[in-house]
Amino acid sequence: MRLVNGIEKGIVIDHISSGKGMVVYNKLNLSQIANTTVLLMNIPSKHLGRKDIIKIEGDFDLNTALLGLIDTNIKVNIIENNEVIMKKFVEVPNQVSDIIKCSNPRCISHIDDYAKPVFTLMKQNGELEYQCNYCDELTKIKFK
Amino acid sequence: MGKHLIEPKDLSNDEVIELINIGNSIYANPADYSHVCNGKILASLFFEPSTRTKFSFDTAMIRLGGHIIGFADADTSSAKKGESLADTIRVMNFYSDIIVMRHPKEGAPKLASEYSDIPIINAGDGGHNHPTQTLTDLFTISRYKKTLNNHTIAFVGDLKYGRTVHSLIKTLAGFNSKKFILVSPLELSLPQFLIDYLKLNYPHIEIQIARYLEDVIHEADIIYMTRIQKERFFNEEDYLKLKNSFLLDKEKMKKAKNDAIVMHPLPRVNEISYEIDDDPRSVYFEQSKLGVYIRMALITKMLEVGDYAIS
Repeated sequence: MRLVNGIEKGIVIDHISSGKGMVVYNKLNLSQIANTTVLLMNIPSKHLGRKDIIKIEGDFDLNTALLGLIDTNIKVNIIENNEVIMKKFVEVPNQVSDIIKCSNPRCISHIDDYAKPVFTLMKQNGELEYQCNYCDELTKIKFK
Repeated sequence: MGKHLIEPKDLSNDEVIELINIGNSIYANPADYSHVCNGKILASLFFEPSTRTKFSFDTAMIRLGGHIIGFADADTSSAKKGESLADTIRVMNFYSDIIVMRHPKEGAPKLASEYSDIPIINAGDGGHNHPTQTLTDLFTISRYKKTLNNHTIAFVGDLKYGRTVHSLIKTLAGFNSKKFILVSPLELSLPQFLIDYLKLNYPHIEIQIARYLEDVIHEADIIYMTRIQKERFFNEEDYLKLKNSFLLDKEKMKKAKNDAIVMHPLPRVNEISYEIDDDPRSVYFEQSKLGVYIRMALITKMLEVGDYAIS
């Protein structure tokens, strides 16, 4: 039995593959924000069998590119006045910056604050691989 | 090309041919170019030591009538005090007309180009790009073999980590090479992604993988040697066992074509025997010499002087 109320205004991150809710929670740094948040795990789901859900009450600037890197099953519902006013599907981003670090220890981005690397998606089957615009090395994305 | 030369692909094939033509013109008539950079200053920023590349650029600029400022290693620059590369570049923009830089970190010249209004030439960033070495190699091939097209080229040694070799292979592929023979120990083979790239984009180029140079040397128009570094091997025993297989000596040269050329970006350690230095087919020292002329051509292009002057 769930004793979690709906939210009047905020965000529901739904259809998170079961087990990845904690990864999303940690990567979005939700333990550090003032908003009321709820993480529900292993909820029965028609489509996924089991799923995780995160509810965030109030205003929150959600990084959907980050969600795309973790789990493309995720659907985001934006809630206003107790109603879903927008549904967003996340997808694997073609380009990312800020979210990941270059895996090449010799890359300039590790020693110079001016270097803000932009990563371009090179491989999507299986593991995601992004290419750094400074050193051209491929970085594999692994969120656990 | 844009304002900067950061990687070999910044230059189109037509631009490469044009640079080679001007390099030849400078080689034939150096006096005609000895004042084209009068009053111009080249900032030579070497954040890590280099012998050939630094002096090659210095000589090139001096022979064009220009001046050099700069440093030869990071210990004598503000980088040691923790200054960011972007700040160094911004300031050097006030002091010079063109920047040549070498940096141990990969991507550093690209970062520098984001903060520079004057041209930047990448003179090597770690194991990443070294476009003027590629230009030097192409100029050498063009002078000794008359054309960049239709050659069989044996690349020998470390084909895994030597990314200057990767750049050269990709560039030569774009000039319709006939065949690439890749000779390396298994541990230092050309990465599969590069072989896939060649097969996809240049299906007409034959690619042969060989373990022993003596088996294939007779086919090569160009024998491009590279240094095998000891630290690439897991143990000394493997290194000692393999290093002689990739040693080019008199015996192996007997099997090479009469009009083949032997190239090496230098420094060599023990992959080319000193006994073949006098062989007329060994052109690796001339290759270093030619590097000056192609860099002279490049500087005139980037400063828009000499044949590149805008009238």
